[in-house]
Amino acid sequence: MIQIAVFAVIAAVAVIAGVFLVLTRNAVHSALFLVGVQLCLAVLFLLQGAFLVSVLQIMVYAGAIMVLFVFVVMLLGVDKKEALIEPLRWQRPIAAGLGLLLAAEAIYLALSQHIHVGSGGLQAGPHEGNVQAVARVLFTNWALPFEATSVLLVVAVVGVMVVARRKMV
Amino acid sequence: MSMTFLADLVVILAKILIVFLVLSVLVIFIVWFERKVVAHMQSRLGPNRWGPFGLLTSVADGMKLMFKEPITPITADHVTFALAPGISMLAAFLAFASIPFGTSVLIFGHRATFEIADLNVGLLWVLAMGSLAVYGVVLAGWSSGSKYPLLGGIRSSAQMISYEIALSLSLIPVVMSAGSLSLRTIVHAQSGVIGSIGWLGPVGGVGKFIPHWYIFYHLPAFLIFLLAGVAETNRPPFDLAEADTELVGGYHTEYSGIKFAMFFLAEYLHVVTISALAVLLFLGGWNGVTPNLPVLGWIWPLLWFVAKVFFFVFLFVWLRATLPRLRYDKLMAVGWRVLIPAALTWLVVSGLAMAGSV
Repeated sequence: MIQIAVFAVIAAVAVIAGVFLVLTRNAVHSALFLVGVQLCLAVLFLLQGAFLVSVLQIMVYAGAIMVLFVFVVMLLGVDKKEALIEPLRWQRPIAAGLGLLLAAEAIYLALSQHIHVGSGGLQAGPHEGNVQAVARVLFTNWALPFEATSVLLVVAVVGVMVVARRKMV
Repeated sequence: MSMTFLADLVVILAKILIVFLVLSVLVIFIVWFERKVVAHMQSRLGPNRWGPFGLLTSVADGMKLMFKEPITPITADHVTFALAPGISMLAAFLAFASIPFGTSVLIFGHRATFEIADLNVGLLWVLAMGSLAVYGVVLAGWSSGSKYPLLGGIRSSAQMISYEIALSLSLIPVVMSAGSLSLRTIVHAQSGVIGSIGWLGPVGGVGKFIPHWYIFYHLPAFLIFLLAGVAETNRPPFDLAEADTELVGGYHTEYSGIKFAMFFLAEYLHVVTISALAVLLFLGGWNGVTPNLPVLGWIWPLLWFVAKVFFFVFLFVWLRATLPRLRYDKLMAVGWRVLIPAALTWLVVSGLAMAGSV
Protein backbone atom coordinates (compact mmCIF):
# COMPACT_ATOMS: atom_id res chain seq x y z
CA MET A 1 0.00 0.00 0.00
CA ILE A 2 2.66 2.45 1.13
CA GLN A 3 4.92 1.17 -1.64
CA ILE A 4 2.34 1.95 -4.29
CA ALA A 5 1.75 5.43 -2.84
CA VAL A 6 5.48 6.24 -2.76
CA PHE A 7 5.88 4.84 -6.27
CA ALA A 8 3.02 6.96 -7.60
CA VAL A 9 4.39 10.20 -6.14
CA ILE A 10 8.02 9.57 -7.08
CA ALA A 11 7.16 8.36 -10.58
CA ALA A 12 5.04 11.46 -11.17
CA VAL A 13 7.84 13.72 -9.96
CA ALA A 14 10.32 11.89 -12.19
CA VAL A 15 8.13 12.31 -15.27
CA ILE A 16 7.46 15.98 -14.57
CA ALA A 17 11.17 16.63 -13.99
CA GLY A 18 11.92 14.78 -17.23
CA VAL A 19 9.49 16.97 -19.16
CA PHE A 20 11.00 20.16 -17.76
CA LEU A 21 14.47 18.79 -18.47
CA VAL A 22 13.61 19.00 -22.17
CA LEU A 23 11.45 22.15 -22.05
CA THR A 24 13.65 24.51 -20.05
CA ARG A 25 15.98 26.76 -22.02
CA ASN A 26 18.59 27.28 -19.31
CA ALA A 27 21.39 24.67 -19.47
CA VAL A 28 22.00 24.66 -15.74
CA HIS A 29 18.29 24.29 -14.94
CA SER A 30 18.17 21.44 -17.43
CA ALA A 31 21.05 19.69 -15.68
CA LEU A 32 19.31 20.23 -12.33
CA PHE A 33 16.14 18.55 -13.59
CA LEU A 34 18.33 15.68 -14.77
CA VAL A 35 19.66 15.34 -11.22
CA GLY A 36 16.06 15.36 -10.01
CA VAL A 37 15.16 12.49 -12.35
CA GLN A 38 18.20 10.48 -11.20
CA LEU A 39 17.32 11.02 -7.54
CA CYS A 40 13.76 9.81 -8.19
CA LEU A 41 15.18 6.68 -9.82
CA ALA A 42 17.34 6.16 -6.72
CA VAL A 43 14.23 6.26 -4.55
CA LEU A 44 12.52 3.72 -6.83
CA PHE A 45 15.50 1.37 -6.46
CA LEU A 46 15.31 1.88 -2.69
CA LEU A 47 11.66 0.86 -2.85
CA GLN A 48 12.73 -2.45 -4.36
CA GLY A 49 15.20 -3.03 -1.52
CA ALA A 50 18.18 -2.55 -3.84
CA PHE A 51 20.21 -0.35 -1.47
CA LEU A 52 23.49 -0.73 -3.32
CA VAL A 53 22.08 0.20 -6.73
CA SER A 54 20.20 3.11 -5.16
CA VAL A 55 23.27 4.61 -3.48
CA LEU A 56 25.42 4.03 -6.57
CA GLN A 57 22.74 5.80 -8.60
CA ILE A 58 23.12 8.88 -6.40
CA MET A 59 26.92 8.74 -6.30
CA VAL A 60 27.56 8.07 -9.97
CA TYR A 61 24.94 10.34 -11.49
CA ALA A 62 25.28 13.17 -9.01
CA GLY A 63 29.03 13.00 -9.50
CA ALA A 64 28.81 12.66 -13.27
CA ILE A 65 26.44 15.58 -13.75
CA MET A 66 28.62 17.65 -11.45
CA VAL A 67 31.56 16.94 -13.74
CA LEU A 68 29.32 18.01 -16.64
CA PHE A 69 28.79 21.35 -14.90
CA VAL A 70 32.47 21.82 -14.42
CA PHE A 71 33.19 20.90 -18.02
CA VAL A 72 30.62 23.34 -19.35
CA VAL A 73 31.99 26.17 -17.26
CA MET A 74 35.56 25.17 -18.04
CA LEU A 75 35.01 24.96 -21.78
CA LEU A 76 33.16 28.27 -21.89
CA GLY A 77 35.74 29.99 -19.77
CA VAL A 78 38.95 28.69 -21.32
CA ASP A 79 40.95 31.50 -22.82
CA LYS A 80 44.54 31.02 -21.80
CA LYS A 81 47.06 28.87 -23.57
CA GLU A 82 48.02 25.69 -21.80
CA ALA A 83 51.74 25.11 -21.36
CA LEU A 84 53.00 22.36 -23.64
CA ILE A 85 55.56 21.12 -21.12
CA GLU A 86 54.67 17.71 -19.78
CA PRO A 87 54.29 18.06 -16.00
CA LEU A 88 54.66 14.37 -15.14
CA ARG A 89 57.61 13.11 -17.16
CA TRP A 90 57.92 9.81 -15.33
CA GLN A 91 54.38 8.75 -16.10
CA ARG A 92 55.02 7.46 -19.65
CA PRO A 93 57.26 4.47 -18.78
CA ILE A 94 55.03 3.61 -15.82
CA ALA A 95 51.93 3.84 -18.01
CA ALA A 96 53.56 1.53 -20.59
CA GLY A 97 54.44 -1.03 -17.90
CA LEU A 98 50.98 -0.95 -16.30
CA GLY A 99 49.35 -1.11 -19.75
CA LEU A 100 51.29 -4.29 -20.54
CA LEU A 101 50.20 -5.72 -17.18
CA LEU A 102 46.57 -4.89 -17.98
CA ALA A 103 46.86 -6.48 -21.43
CA ALA A 104 48.36 -9.62 -19.89
CA GLU A 105 45.51 -9.75 -17.38
CA ALA A 106 42.92 -9.37 -20.13
CA ILE A 107 44.53 -12.14 -22.23
CA TYR A 108 44.68 -14.40 -19.17
CA LEU A 109 41.03 -13.76 -18.41
CA ALA A 110 40.02 -14.30 -22.02
CA LEU A 111 41.88 -17.62 -22.17
CA SER A 112 40.85 -18.91 -18.75
CA GLN A 113 37.58 -20.67 -18.09
CA HIS A 114 36.21 -17.86 -15.97
CA ILE A 115 34.65 -15.99 -18.84
CA HIS A 116 30.94 -16.15 -18.92
CA VAL A 117 29.09 -15.27 -22.11
CA GLY A 118 25.37 -14.89 -22.54
CA SER A 119 22.85 -13.45 -20.17
CA GLY A 120 21.05 -15.54 -17.61
CA GLY A 121 17.91 -14.60 -15.77
CA LEU A 122 18.06 -13.43 -12.18
CA GLN A 123 18.53 -16.24 -9.74
CA ALA A 124 17.33 -16.25 -6.15
CA GLY A 125 18.33 -13.17 -4.16
CA PRO A 126 21.76 -13.23 -2.57
CA HIS A 127 21.58 -14.16 1.09
CA GLU A 128 24.83 -12.43 2.10
CA GLY A 129 23.82 -9.01 0.77
CA ASN A 130 23.96 -6.97 -2.43
CA VAL A 131 27.52 -5.75 -2.04
CA GLN A 132 29.12 -9.18 -1.69
CA ALA A 133 26.98 -10.68 -4.45
CA VAL A 134 27.75 -7.90 -6.94
CA ALA A 135 31.45 -8.01 -6.09
CA ARG A 136 31.59 -11.79 -6.53
CA VAL A 137 30.17 -11.87 -10.06
CA LEU A 138 31.89 -8.62 -11.08
CA PHE A 139 35.38 -9.85 -10.23
CA THR A 140 34.97 -13.48 -11.34
CA ASN A 141 32.61 -14.11 -14.25
CA TRP A 142 32.51 -10.56 -15.53
CA ALA A 143 36.10 -9.51 -14.83
CA LEU A 144 37.00 -9.05 -18.50
CA PRO A 145 33.97 -6.89 -19.42
CA PHE A 146 34.61 -4.92 -16.21
CA GLU A 147 38.22 -4.21 -17.20
CA ALA A 148 37.18 -3.42 -20.77
CA THR A 149 34.57 -0.92 -19.57
CA SER A 150 37.08 0.86 -17.37
CA VAL A 151 39.51 1.12 -20.28
CA LEU A 152 36.68 2.49 -22.42
CA LEU A 153 35.94 5.17 -19.83
CA VAL A 154 39.58 6.24 -19.70
CA VAL A 155 39.65 6.42 -23.50
CA ALA A 156 36.52 8.59 -23.43
CA VAL A 157 38.06 10.97 -20.89
CA VAL A 158 41.26 11.30 -22.89
CA GLY A 159 39.20 11.82 -26.04
CA VAL A 160 37.26 14.68 -24.45
CA MET A 161 40.49 16.33 -23.38
CA VAL A 162 41.95 16.05 -26.90
CA VAL A 163 38.82 17.38 -28.60
CA ALA A 164 38.36 20.23 -26.11
CA ARG A 165 41.94 21.41 -26.23
CA ARG A 166 42.72 20.97 -29.92
CA LYS A 167 41.88 24.60 -30.62
CA MET A 168 44.61 25.85 -28.34
CA VAL A 169 47.45 23.53 -29.34
CA MET B 1 -1.58 -1.68 8.92
CA SER B 2 -0.49 -3.69 11.89
CA MET B 3 0.53 -2.43 15.31
CA THR B 4 4.19 -3.38 14.83
CA PHE B 5 4.29 -1.29 11.67
CA LEU B 6 2.90 1.72 13.56
CA ALA B 7 5.36 1.14 16.42
CA ASP B 8 8.26 1.00 13.94
CA LEU B 9 7.05 4.19 12.30
CA VAL B 10 6.84 6.01 15.66
CA VAL B 11 10.34 4.82 16.62
CA ILE B 12 11.83 5.94 13.29
CA LEU B 13 10.15 9.35 13.47
CA ALA B 14 11.29 9.79 17.08
CA LYS B 15 14.84 8.89 16.10
CA ILE B 16 14.83 11.36 13.21
CA LEU B 17 13.52 14.11 15.48
CA ILE B 18 16.08 13.39 18.21
CA VAL B 19 19.00 13.27 15.75
CA PHE B 20 17.85 16.51 14.13
CA LEU B 21 17.51 18.35 17.46
CA VAL B 22 20.77 17.01 18.90
CA LEU B 23 22.68 17.96 15.76
CA SER B 24 21.21 21.46 15.68
CA VAL B 25 22.13 22.08 19.32
CA LEU B 26 25.53 20.48 18.72
CA VAL B 27 26.30 22.89 15.87
CA ILE B 28 25.41 25.87 18.06
CA PHE B 29 27.74 24.48 20.72
CA ILE B 30 30.57 23.77 18.25
CA VAL B 31 30.44 27.31 16.85
CA TRP B 32 30.88 28.62 20.41
CA PHE B 33 33.57 26.00 21.09
CA GLU B 34 35.51 27.01 17.98
CA ARG B 35 35.38 30.72 18.77
CA LYS B 36 36.45 30.08 22.35
CA VAL B 37 39.34 27.74 21.45
CA VAL B 38 40.65 29.97 18.66
CA ALA B 39 40.42 32.95 21.02
CA HIS B 40 42.46 31.22 23.72
CA MET B 41 45.03 30.09 21.14
CA GLN B 42 45.42 33.76 20.18
CA SER B 43 45.57 35.00 23.81
CA ARG B 44 42.09 36.48 23.70
CA LEU B 45 39.04 35.79 25.83
CA GLY B 46 36.58 35.06 23.07
CA PRO B 47 32.81 35.39 23.49
CA ASN B 48 32.04 36.02 27.18
CA ARG B 49 29.11 38.47 27.35
CA TRP B 50 26.00 36.43 26.76
CA GLY B 51 25.29 33.52 29.11
CA PRO B 52 27.84 31.61 31.24
CA PHE B 53 31.25 31.60 29.44
CA GLY B 54 29.47 33.27 26.52
CA LEU B 55 27.64 30.02 25.77
CA LEU B 56 24.56 31.80 24.43
CA THR B 57 26.51 33.92 21.93
CA SER B 58 25.84 31.48 19.08
CA VAL B 59 22.14 31.42 19.99
CA ALA B 60 22.07 35.22 19.78
CA ASP B 61 23.90 35.10 16.44
CA GLY B 62 21.38 32.60 15.13
CA MET B 63 18.46 34.81 16.23
CA LYS B 64 20.06 37.81 14.57
CA LEU B 65 20.47 35.90 11.28
CA MET B 66 16.89 34.69 11.43
CA PHE B 67 15.45 38.20 11.74
CA LYS B 68 17.82 39.81 9.27
CA GLU B 69 16.43 40.88 5.91
CA PRO B 70 17.25 38.32 3.24
CA ILE B 71 18.63 40.08 0.19
CA THR B 72 18.57 38.54 -3.29
CA PRO B 73 20.80 40.25 -5.86
CA ILE B 74 18.93 41.56 -8.91
CA THR B 75 21.17 39.55 -11.25
CA ALA B 76 20.56 36.32 -9.33
CA ASP B 77 18.74 33.25 -10.64
CA HIS B 78 16.00 33.49 -8.02
CA VAL B 79 14.76 29.89 -7.71
CA THR B 80 18.22 28.33 -7.70
CA PHE B 81 19.46 31.05 -5.36
CA ALA B 82 16.78 30.06 -2.83
CA LEU B 83 17.28 26.33 -3.42
CA ALA B 84 21.06 26.16 -2.92
CA PRO B 85 21.22 26.64 0.89
CA GLY B 86 18.41 24.09 1.28
CA ILE B 87 20.34 21.50 -0.76
CA SER B 88 23.45 22.15 1.33
CA MET B 89 21.64 21.68 4.61
CA LEU B 90 19.58 18.69 3.45
CA ALA B 91 22.66 16.79 2.24
CA ALA B 92 24.49 17.55 5.47
CA PHE B 93 21.61 16.30 7.65
CA LEU B 94 20.85 13.24 5.47
CA ALA B 95 24.41 11.96 5.89
CA PHE B 96 23.54 11.17 9.51
CA ALA B 97 20.79 8.77 8.49
CA SER B 98 23.21 5.86 8.50
CA ILE B 99 25.76 6.93 11.12
CA PRO B 100 25.51 4.81 14.30
CA PHE B 101 26.27 6.55 17.61
CA GLY B 102 26.38 3.66 20.06
CA THR B 103 25.11 0.19 20.86
CA SER B 104 21.40 -0.13 21.60
CA VAL B 105 18.89 0.60 24.35
CA LEU B 106 15.72 -1.14 25.48
CA ILE B 107 12.75 1.28 25.60
CA PHE B 108 9.30 -0.13 26.52
CA GLY B 109 10.38 -3.59 25.42
CA HIS B 110 11.51 -2.27 22.05
CA ARG B 111 15.20 -2.56 21.25
CA ALA B 112 16.24 0.73 19.69
CA THR B 113 19.63 1.05 18.05
CA PHE B 114 21.52 4.34 18.01
CA GLU B 115 21.09 5.12 14.37
CA ILE B 116 18.23 5.91 12.04
CA ALA B 117 18.87 3.10 9.55
CA ASP B 118 21.54 0.38 9.53
CA LEU B 119 22.05 0.16 5.76
CA ASN B 120 24.36 -2.56 4.50
CA VAL B 121 25.85 0.21 2.34
CA GLY B 122 25.94 2.80 5.15
CA LEU B 123 29.40 4.08 4.28
CA LEU B 124 28.47 4.59 0.63
CA TRP B 125 25.38 6.51 1.72
CA VAL B 126 27.49 8.99 3.69
CA LEU B 127 29.84 9.43 0.72
CA ALA B 128 26.88 9.86 -1.66
CA MET B 129 25.48 12.64 0.53
CA GLY B 130 28.94 14.21 0.47
CA SER B 131 28.81 14.31 -3.32
CA LEU B 132 25.34 15.90 -3.20
CA ALA B 133 26.71 18.59 -0.89
CA VAL B 134 28.89 19.87 -3.74
CA TYR B 135 25.68 20.96 -5.49
CA GLY B 136 24.75 23.41 -2.77
CA VAL B 137 28.08 25.16 -3.07
CA VAL B 138 28.25 25.21 -6.88
CA LEU B 139 24.64 26.30 -7.35
CA ALA B 140 25.07 29.05 -4.77
CA GLY B 141 28.11 30.31 -6.62
CA TRP B 142 26.52 30.10 -10.04
CA SER B 143 23.09 31.51 -9.13
CA SER B 144 24.37 34.58 -7.28
CA GLY B 145 25.04 36.29 -10.61
CA SER B 146 28.21 37.91 -9.43
CA LYS B 147 31.82 37.07 -10.08
CA TYR B 148 33.34 36.32 -6.67
CA PRO B 149 30.70 33.73 -5.71
CA LEU B 150 31.12 32.11 -9.16
CA LEU B 151 34.88 31.84 -8.69
CA GLY B 152 34.37 30.43 -5.19
CA GLY B 153 31.83 27.90 -6.44
CA ILE B 154 34.06 26.70 -9.30
CA ARG B 155 37.07 26.43 -7.02
CA SER B 156 35.25 24.42 -4.44
CA SER B 157 33.57 22.09 -6.93
CA ALA B 158 36.98 21.22 -8.38
CA GLN B 159 38.42 20.89 -4.88
CA MET B 160 35.62 18.74 -3.47
CA ILE B 161 35.47 16.43 -6.50
CA SER B 162 39.25 15.98 -6.45
CA TYR B 163 39.47 15.26 -2.75
CA GLU B 164 36.44 12.99 -2.79
CA ILE B 165 38.53 10.54 -4.83
CA ALA B 166 41.36 10.46 -2.29
CA LEU B 167 38.83 10.28 0.55
CA SER B 168 36.98 7.30 -0.92
CA LEU B 169 40.19 5.49 -1.91
CA SER B 170 41.59 5.86 1.62
CA LEU B 171 38.51 4.14 3.04
CA ILE B 172 38.70 1.03 0.83
CA PRO B 173 41.49 -0.69 2.88
CA VAL B 174 39.32 -0.34 5.99
CA VAL B 175 36.33 -1.80 4.16
CA MET B 176 38.52 -4.68 2.98
CA SER B 177 39.68 -5.37 6.54
CA ALA B 178 36.16 -5.32 7.94
CA GLY B 179 34.63 -7.05 4.93
CA SER B 180 31.56 -4.82 5.04
CA LEU B 181 30.21 -1.39 4.07
CA SER B 182 27.89 -1.28 7.07
CA LEU B 183 29.28 1.19 9.62
CA ARG B 184 27.97 -0.88 12.52
CA THR B 185 29.74 -4.01 11.26
CA ILE B 186 32.97 -2.06 10.75
CA VAL B 187 32.82 -0.89 14.38
CA HIS B 188 32.13 -4.43 15.61
CA ALA B 189 35.17 -5.65 13.67
CA GLN B 190 37.29 -3.25 15.75
CA SER B 191 36.31 -4.53 19.20
CA GLY B 192 38.83 -6.28 21.45
CA VAL B 193 42.63 -5.94 21.48
CA ILE B 194 45.37 -6.66 18.96
CA GLY B 195 46.81 -9.51 21.04
CA SER B 196 50.43 -10.63 21.18
CA ILE B 197 52.52 -9.19 18.35
CA GLY B 198 54.77 -11.97 17.07
CA TRP B 199 57.50 -9.98 15.36
CA LEU B 200 58.13 -7.81 18.44
CA GLY B 201 59.44 -10.84 20.33
CA PRO B 202 59.54 -10.53 24.14
CA VAL B 203 57.79 -7.16 24.24
CA GLY B 204 55.06 -8.43 21.91
CA GLY B 205 52.74 -8.84 24.90
CA VAL B 206 52.17 -5.07 24.81
CA GLY B 207 49.66 -5.81 22.06
CA LYS B 208 47.29 -7.14 24.69
CA PHE B 209 46.75 -3.55 25.84
CA ILE B 210 46.36 -1.97 22.41
CA PRO B 211 42.77 -1.88 21.15
CA HIS B 212 42.04 -3.54 17.80
CA TRP B 213 41.45 -0.26 15.99
CA TYR B 214 42.15 0.14 12.29
CA ILE B 215 44.28 3.24 12.87
CA PHE B 216 47.03 0.85 14.04
CA TYR B 217 46.75 -1.17 10.83
CA HIS B 218 45.96 1.56 8.31
CA LEU B 219 47.81 4.62 9.64
CA PRO B 220 48.68 5.96 6.12
CA ALA B 221 45.05 5.58 5.06
CA PHE B 222 43.98 7.42 8.22
CA LEU B 223 46.30 10.36 7.51
CA ILE B 224 45.08 10.57 3.89
CA PHE B 225 41.48 10.43 5.09
CA LEU B 226 42.09 13.21 7.61
CA LEU B 227 43.72 15.53 5.04
CA ALA B 228 41.09 14.83 2.40
CA GLY B 229 38.37 15.17 5.04
CA VAL B 230 39.50 18.66 6.02
CA ALA B 231 39.58 19.60 2.32
CA GLU B 232 36.16 18.06 1.77
CA THR B 233 34.60 20.27 4.45
CA ASN B 234 36.16 23.40 2.87
CA ARG B 235 37.72 24.24 6.21
CA PRO B 236 41.05 26.00 6.81
CA PRO B 237 43.77 25.42 5.64
CA PHE B 238 41.80 24.24 2.59
CA ASP B 239 39.10 26.96 2.63
CA LEU B 240 39.94 28.17 -0.86
CA ALA B 241 36.24 28.37 -1.68
CA GLU B 242 35.75 31.23 0.71
CA ALA B 243 39.22 32.75 0.80
CA ASP B 244 38.19 36.14 2.14
CA THR B 245 41.40 37.88 1.07
CA GLU B 246 40.85 36.89 -2.57
CA LEU B 247 37.14 36.20 -3.04
CA VAL B 248 35.38 38.40 -0.43
CA GLY B 249 33.41 35.47 1.03
CA GLY B 250 33.42 32.91 -1.76
CA TYR B 251 30.27 31.12 -2.81
CA HIS B 252 28.10 32.65 -0.07
CA THR B 253 29.17 36.27 -0.59
CA GLU B 254 25.69 37.34 -1.72
CA TYR B 255 23.82 35.41 0.95
CA SER B 256 22.45 36.98 4.10
CA GLY B 257 20.05 36.16 6.91
CA ILE B 258 18.65 32.70 7.30
CA LYS B 259 20.06 31.46 3.97
CA PHE B 260 23.57 32.27 5.11
CA ALA B 261 22.84 30.56 8.42
CA MET B 262 21.91 27.39 6.52
CA PHE B 263 25.32 27.30 4.76
CA PHE B 264 26.97 27.91 8.10
CA LEU B 265 25.01 25.05 9.66
CA ALA B 266 25.92 22.72 6.78
CA GLU B 267 29.63 23.46 7.11
CA TYR B 268 29.67 22.58 10.79
CA LEU B 269 27.56 19.49 10.19
CA HIS B 270 30.19 18.34 7.68
CA VAL B 271 32.83 18.76 10.38
CA VAL B 272 30.79 16.48 12.64
CA THR B 273 30.25 13.96 9.80
CA ILE B 274 33.95 13.71 8.95
CA SER B 275 34.84 13.46 12.67
CA ALA B 276 32.24 10.72 13.17
CA LEU B 277 33.51 8.82 10.11
CA ALA B 278 37.10 9.04 11.37
CA VAL B 279 35.98 7.67 14.74
CA LEU B 280 33.83 4.89 13.27
CA LEU B 281 36.31 3.71 10.66
CA PHE B 282 39.69 4.17 12.34
CA LEU B 283 39.25 4.69 16.08
CA GLY B 284 36.93 1.82 16.97
CA GLY B 285 33.68 3.81 17.15
CA TRP B 286 32.16 3.42 20.59
CA ASN B 287 34.66 0.76 21.71
CA GLY B 288 36.55 2.12 24.74
CA VAL B 289 40.18 1.46 25.66
CA THR B 290 39.33 0.16 29.14
CA PRO B 291 37.03 -2.77 29.91
CA ASN B 292 33.42 -1.74 29.57
CA LEU B 293 31.65 -0.60 32.74
CA PRO B 294 28.48 -2.70 32.70
CA VAL B 295 26.91 -0.46 35.37
CA LEU B 296 26.58 2.36 32.88
CA GLY B 297 25.10 0.13 30.18
CA TRP B 298 24.56 1.90 26.88
CA ILE B 299 25.76 5.30 28.21
CA TRP B 300 29.41 4.17 28.40
CA PRO B 301 29.86 3.42 24.66
CA LEU B 302 27.94 6.60 23.80
CA LEU B 303 30.29 8.64 26.00
CA TRP B 304 33.33 7.12 24.29
CA PHE B 305 31.90 7.94 20.89
CA VAL B 306 31.10 11.55 21.78
CA ALA B 307 34.52 12.05 23.40
CA LYS B 308 36.33 10.77 20.31
CA VAL B 309 34.22 12.88 17.97
CA PHE B 310 35.00 15.95 20.05
CA PHE B 311 38.69 15.17 19.83
CA PHE B 312 38.43 15.47 16.06
CA VAL B 313 36.29 18.60 16.24
CA PHE B 314 39.04 20.12 18.39
CA LEU B 315 41.60 19.02 15.78
CA PHE B 316 39.63 20.85 13.07
CA VAL B 317 39.60 24.02 15.19
CA TRP B 318 43.28 23.61 15.99
CA LEU B 319 44.16 23.37 12.28
CA ARG B 320 42.17 26.52 11.58
CA ALA B 321 43.92 28.46 14.32
CA THR B 322 47.45 27.46 13.37
CA LEU B 323 47.80 26.91 9.61
CA PRO B 324 47.82 29.46 6.76
CA ARG B 325 45.69 28.87 3.68
CA LEU B 326 47.20 26.90 0.78
CA ARG B 327 47.62 28.41 -2.66
CA TYR B 328 45.05 27.02 -5.10
CA ASP B 329 47.42 25.27 -7.54
CA LYS B 330 49.34 23.74 -4.61
CA LEU B 331 46.08 22.42 -3.20
CA MET B 332 45.23 20.67 -6.46
CA ALA B 333 48.78 19.36 -6.78
CA VAL B 334 48.62 17.88 -3.27
CA GLY B 335 45.28 16.23 -4.02
CA TRP B 336 46.10 14.71 -7.39
CA ARG B 337 49.84 14.07 -7.23
CA VAL B 338 50.28 13.12 -3.58
CA LEU B 339 47.09 11.97 -1.89
CA ILE B 340 45.55 9.89 -4.71
CA PRO B 341 48.76 7.98 -5.60
CA ALA B 342 49.46 7.47 -1.88
CA ALA B 343 45.95 6.15 -1.28
CA LEU B 344 46.23 3.81 -4.28
CA THR B 345 49.62 2.56 -3.08
CA TRP B 346 48.28 1.82 0.37
CA LEU B 347 45.31 0.06 -1.19
CA VAL B 348 47.64 -2.24 -3.15
CA VAL B 349 49.94 -2.80 -0.15
CA SER B 350 47.12 -3.74 2.20
CA GLY B 351 45.52 -5.88 -0.52
CA LEU B 352 48.78 -7.80 -0.96
CA ALA B 353 49.16 -8.15 2.82
CA MET B 354 45.63 -9.53 3.08
CA ALA B 355 46.18 -11.92 0.17
CA GLY B 356 49.41 -13.07 1.83
CA SER B 357 47.78 -13.76 5.18
CA VAL B 358 44.92 -15.82 3.74
